[in-house]
Amino acid sequence: MEKFERHTGVAAPLRASNVDTDQICPAEFLKRITRTGYHDALFFQWRQQEDFVLNHEAFSQASVLVAGPDFGTGSSREHAVWALRDYGFRAVISSRFADIFRGNAGKAGLLTAQVDHGVVERLWALLEAEPGAEVTVDLHRMRVVAKGVDEPFYLDDYVRWRLLEGLDDVAVTLRHSDTIAAFEDRRPAFLPRTG
Amino acid sequence: MGRTLANKVWDAHVVRSAQGEPDLLYIDLHLLHEVTSPQAFDGLRQAGRGVRRPDLSLATEDHNVPTADIDKPIADPVSRAQVDTLRANCAQFGVPIYSLGSVDQGVIHVIGPQLGLVQPGMTVVCGDSHTSTHGAFGALAFGIGTSEVEHVLATQTLPLRPFRTMAVNIDGRLPEGVSAKDLILAVIAEIGTGGGQGFVLEFRGDAVRGLSMESRMTLCNMSIEAGARAGMIEPDEVTFDYVAGRPHAPKGADWDHAVRAWRALASDDDAEYDAEVSIDAESLTPFVTWGTNPGQAAPLSGEVPDPRSYADPVERLAAERAQDYMGLTPGTPLREVPIDVVFLGSCTNGRIEDLRAAAAVLRGRRLATGVRMLVVPGSVRVKRAAESEGLDEIFRVAGAEWREAGCSMCLGMNPDKLEPGQRSASTSNRNFEGRQGPGGRTHLVSPQVAAASAVRGYLSAPTDLD
Ligand code: SF4
Repeated sequence: MEKFERHTGVAAPLRASNVDTDQICPAEFLKRITRTGYHDALFFQWRQQEDFVLNHEAFSQASVLVAGPDFGTGSSREHAVWALRDYGFRAVISSRFADIFRGNAGKAGLLTAQVDHGVVERLWALLEAEPGAEVTVDLHRMRVVAKGVDEPFYLDDYVRWRLLEGLDDVAVTLRHSDTIAAFEDRRPAFLPRTG
Repeated sequence: MGRTLANKVWDAHVVRSAQGEPDLLYIDLHLLHEVTSPQAFDGLRQAGRGVRRPDLSLATEDHNVPTADIDKPIADPVSRAQVDTLRANCAQFGVPIYSLGSVDQGVIHVIGPQLGLVQPGMTVVCGDSHTSTHGAFGALAFGIGTSEVEHVLATQTLPLRPFRTMAVNIDGRLPEGVSAKDLILAVIAEIGTGGGQGFVLEFRGDAVRGLSMESRMTLCNMSIEAGARAGMIEPDEVTFDYVAGRPHAPKGADWDHAVRAWRALASDDDAEYDAEVSIDAESLTPFVTWGTNPGQAAPLSGEVPDPRSYADPVERLAAERAQDYMGLTPGTPLREVPIDVVFLGSCTNGRIEDLRAAAAVLRGRRLATGVRMLVVPGSVRVKRAAESEGLDEIFRVAGAEWREAGCSMCLGMNPDKLEPGQRSASTSNRNFEGRQGPGGRTHLVSPQVAAASAVRGYLSAPTDLD
């Protein structure tokens, strides 16, 4: 996984709550069997509307998304994270993320910076007043910084460490193979097997 | 301090815990389907890794499969490629699979319990958010992303922080004509689509104990729609009776050991939950959604709410957007909302009891002119059971389509889709924009309301037909 330390980029204001993963990456695009190439899937339906934020020239290079509460609800599809990454986003800022989405993001190198909703409102106001303004998310200092804004964000310590180091989870766990094997020896005999 | 059901299941599966790190949790059952697994198997191949426990993994084909003409090759080449990829991956890594045409094929969350593979106290995961269904057995069951699917395939474990627990107390008895679907829609409307975030919901109380196993699955299925990681219900005699005798249930002395262990899972009397909500079952009536998330719901007897009635600006904006998409005007009685398509099926309401409940309403009646109704059993075995009871005949005579098993119109990934602008009454679990096909408008309902709406052509309860 690509390391994440600090990112500065154009931020796009997405004034919507409950942005579910069906909107981020519609089902039609889940038929693919690859892990990349989902840039065209991102917000596919919404992008058909001319006034959708990402269709504005000022936000065409956006790499930070500032969204309303409950971002990433619904389906567990990691494709939603891949679509955001492939489109060019490195970070999403919101006051609340759905659990599975947040987990997926941490595994695929997308930073979910959780802030108070008041901070989201201030960023929205800034980005709408000055389209194309940049926002910095600093994973070392755990702060979101923009013109007139310098606020802390929350991210799980372990996820932060993995992002900073760019670590692959499976390799970390495989170091404990013996412990897993010992656990397997203790499992009750009545537990089912599939085949 | 006493421990909750969720705490007990968690503790029994911790392989390793260390200060400052997530716990490493052992997974007893890993369910797979064609959509969220190809990249995970690919990851294993690229890293030269194998599947640690194919004997604790099970795959099926459900999301992409057509629900008609299943003896022919899948028409859509992209869907077919994904299904073929799953078959090839399962063959390469030795994972058991029930493919289209097998009597055990069906929606993954319907076939797991049906085979007796889901039992109390287990940890169950799947690359699918509705894995929460299996919590109905007192299992800790939750959806995961594709990277986690790969992690479980390689290690049979997951690094996780403990979930918080929320007791959802549902006391009293559900009134006649009110189902588990109405109950969970009411719960979501109460706590909100984000209200359960980070929590395992434990459904407790008389109303829950009085539910059948299938209704309990409906309840837990939609926990995710409240944002929760999982839903759980204490196992009891109803649970044991359901599991007993199924193909993968413990047998002989193992059964006795198992039941003893399962009884000990009940939350302790002095267990403390991180949060608690209470719902009075007696006051519930049929519930339907009017918006584009499952929390935007109201009693069927009500009307489309006025967005201006919301104090919270975020909610107001969400309601405005939703009503715009849904083509609804504030103040319209929900019973006057006309329906084009009715979908009966999915992992929420595609089991035999659901089909029975809808058939009871449809018996001797016909669909309203212009209404299309798809009846899609959750599994091949559900389909056969329904046919042996003659339910298929009731549906056909009423004018509905009797289809093959699969996810079908629950999501727009297979040929069963809404046309843009079409409005459905659907027993599935998500009313997101475009969920059932681009531009489609979804109202989530119970099987009884689905059937009554098909007859009247408007959102309706069975009592509206008398
Ligand atoms: S029936 Fe619907 S919710 Fe259930 S697994 Fe299939 S697509 Fe997902």
